[in-house]
Amino acid sequence: MPATVQKENQHETNHATTHEYVTPEVNIFETKDGYILEAEMPGVGKDGLEITLDNNELTIAGHRSSETVPGEPLFRERRLSDYRRVFELDPAIDSAKISAKMDQGVLTLTLPKSEKVKPRKITVD
Amino acid sequence: MSYLTRWQKPVVASWPTFGRLADLRDEIGRLFEAPLAEFARSSRLLSGWNPALDVFEDKDNVFVKAELPGMKREDIEVSLHDNTLSISGERKAENNHKDAEVYRSERFVGRFQRTISLPWAVASDKVKAEYKVGILTVTLPKTEEAKPKQIDVSFS
Repeated sequence: MPATVQKENQHETNHATTHEYVTPEVNIFETKDGYILEAEMPGVGKDGLEITLDNNELTIAGHRSSETVPGEPLFRERRLSDYRRVFELDPAIDSAKISAKMDQGVLTLTLPKSEKVKPRKITVD
Repeated sequence: MSYLTRWQKPVVASWPTFGRLADLRDEIGRLFEAPLAEFARSSRLLSGWNPALDVFEDKDNVFVKAELPGMKREDIEVSLHDNTLSISGERKAENNHKDAEVYRSERFVGRFQRTISLPWAVASDKVKAEYKVGILTVTLPKTEEAKPKQIDVSFS
């Protein structure tokens, strides 16, 4: 069994080093409640999306849904590699409340700030 | 000798002039290079948005696929004229983040157009377009004349 694991790991690393990614174009906004990140990933459906959070590192990856190639290619411009981009998150973000939406190849991530860092008005008695 | 000395002075004095000229040339160089390097990095500033296209064919159809993420169906225009397919449209700025501070703005906003000349005659009345996961697929059936045909050859 360990041999299998080792072999698989090796395969994994080989895979990772030879893999090319497309960097999705993004817009990032900050509002008083948090951040909004929009990333363009045409060809990626809801199930092709992989969002991982490791400490303060947010990775968005998109695997193109197995698009059927209709017939013979005559002309190709589109890059068909997967998408990947890594962001460092503001520690003020409440990672438990991150939500994602995918619409026509655009991923919208809503990253709310945790309650304690939001600006508050303090009323004086 | 004194004449020569007097003569030399303006020559020596002219060196800073050359220096200034060289500075000016550098300045002009910087003036042109800096914005150009900026342009090169984001070619969209010069050429707008050229959505990537793929063209395929099988024996009955020509397929054109274009990457148009985040569009509204009604903002995409597909037209066919003289066997030239044109895909155009406009991506409007969404103003739902009005009071937000912009950190990054890489996504293109504005009009785009791509025009391609089709390799085969197509039946313009049977063209279909589909928009899914940010990809527009236009299916253009070939005309009967353009389809490959098997010709029976009879040998006598």
